[in-house]
Amino acid sequence: MGFDRLTKGFSGLRVLKEGLTGNKGWTPHWRDPAPKPEYDIIIIGGGGHGLATAHYLASQHGITNVAVLEKGYLGGGNVGRNTTIVRANYMLPGNSEFYSHSLKLWEGLEEDLNYNVMHSQRGIINLFHSDGQRDAYARRGNQMIAQGDDAILLDRAGVQKELPYLDFDQTRFPIYGGLYHKRGGTARHDAVAWGFARSADSRGVDLIQQCEVTGIDIENGAVRGVQTTRGAIRAKKIGIVVAGRSSQVAAMAGMRLPIESHILQAFVTEGLKPCIDHVVTYGSGHFYISQSDKGGLVFGGDLDMYSSYASRGNLPTAEHVVEAAMTLMPMIGKARMLRSWGGIMDMSPDGSPVIDRTHIDGLYVNCGWCYGGFKATPGSGHTFAHLLATDAPHPVAARHRLDRFRTGRGILDEEATGSQHNLH
Amino acid sequence: MRLPCPICGERDRREFYYQGAAVALNRPAPDADAAEWEDYVHLRDNQPGDLDELWSHDAGCGAWLVVTRNTVTHAVSGAKLVSEAAR
Ligand SMILES: Cc1cc2nc3c(=O)[nH]c(=O)nc-3n(C[C@H](O)[C@H](O)[C@H](O)COP(=O)(O)OP(=O)(O)OC[C@H]3O[C@@H](n4cnc5c(N)ncnc54)[C@H](O)[C@@H]3O)c2cc1C
Ligand SMILES: [Zn+2]
Repeated sequence: MGFDRLTKGFSGLRVLKEGLTGNKGWTPHWRDPAPKPEYDIIIIGGGGHGLATAHYLASQHGITNVAVLEKGYLGGGNVGRNTTIVRANYMLPGNSEFYSHSLKLWEGLEEDLNYNVMHSQRGIINLFHSDGQRDAYARRGNQMIAQGDDAILLDRAGVQKELPYLDFDQTRFPIYGGLYHKRGGTARHDAVAWGFARSADSRGVDLIQQCEVTGIDIENGAVRGVQTTRGAIRAKKIGIVVAGRSSQVAAMAGMRLPIESHILQAFVTEGLKPCIDHVVTYGSGHFYISQSDKGGLVFGGDLDMYSSYASRGNLPTAEHVVEAAMTLMPMIGKARMLRSWGGIMDMSPDGSPVIDRTHIDGLYVNCGWCYGGFKATPGSGHTFAHLLATDAPHPVAARHRLDRFRTGRGILDEEATGSQHNLH
Repeated sequence: MRLPCPICGERDRREFYYQGAAVALNRPAPDADAAEWEDYVHLRDNQPGDLDELWSHDAGCGAWLVVTRNTVTHAVSGAKLVSEAAR
């Protein structure tokens, strides 16, 4: 294994050797297999979560007769178009331990995958702008420390030291301080998908691209397989992990979900020299920002706030985000914006995800990640693989059940806005 | 995106508040069972294409509207007052 890793896997030595020999020794990261007639488990959706699920099914549970079916190309969905923030600063029981678990997986991910996902714990600072907000963040910080994560409450001077470029004199939302989560940061989104894909493939999982699921076959209340653009494929168990398309795919099994699809936009500037070291969030102004390793300032704000299946947003939100950016960080006005784009996301009524079995035998759903599912990628895959393999929820995802909406018990309303669709 | 208010005419999206799918108008009977209430409050069809939605013309006449909007193209094909739609 040790030698194999040096010659086939990634290592400093390998990079050096390839560098000296014209980089001719690199091979494709995964095979391109044709679908087999039957698998033990089919995962619908080759995004970050689906690929992570496949990786953990193989590496943790030894289940490798698995296919991941992707209608486009691997990593072409939201995993490839998000703003890459990774953090564990949640507060409610249920969410706390889940995101805490996920962050710990991130911290060992590069070793686990033998892949550089550029996980960068550059620290996140959530700004606050009133006494009430300070109290709420102090409480959240205490909860984060209690769950074994890290948090530091910065006062105004403390923020000024870390983020001297903010406009501290602004009158609209004066800066009172910030909650500093040092283990938070970013990761290279594409690399996360590729690393999970390569690992799952090398363990025998079939990653099948250009294969859209068009139907789910159910007999006597149990799944039998799927219909796809590349023919019918049988399976004993099927996991739906399709991010913003959950309602569409669930409808193939006659199910309705507690989900509305919404658009979230993001923006990036031209590449600049390093100027923003952290991830900074400005909740009151609906704006957040970090700088990518290529130098572009990556930022975004709120949803467009109405149902949408268009992979682009509308201008009012872009205008709002840019206004907030200029209020907080006037220097950003000198940067040229290169691109903006949108991703379709599952919005659940309480803003929290669902990882559960359904009433159909062998059918499982992993959905409702809203705008925060990137940081969940390892945790989601890990706990969903556990559920698929054992039929029992993983302890850290035990509260992410579908029935919480019917019973009202265990609603995970992190933002305390109520369990109502248009508020999340 | 612009929405045609039946009272005020076509206006900028920013004048309106969004409440979601117009299923809110089909309130179950008070003694309906938990499944019916879950359906009403939380479950949605959420399919791409035409959707009847509730919008309030907050910064205009204040009326609640049922707007039929395509969620893929954002094209609006109808708008009426809730008071008329409910009839
Ligand atoms: C602009 C933006 C910014 C964001 N920023 C952050 C952030 O900073 N931090 C954070 O934690 N989260 C963030 N998110 C949320 C995060 O990106 C998502 O929650 C997460 O990526 C969703 O999981 P996924 O990676 O598996 O989804 P995806 O990559 O979208 O995977 C789903 C896959 O399913 C496939 N699929 C759909 N239907 C079918 C079918 N019928 N058959 C076969 N395949 C199908 C799709 O093609 C797609 O590849 C952001 C989202 C957006 C849009
Ligand atoms: Zn009006």
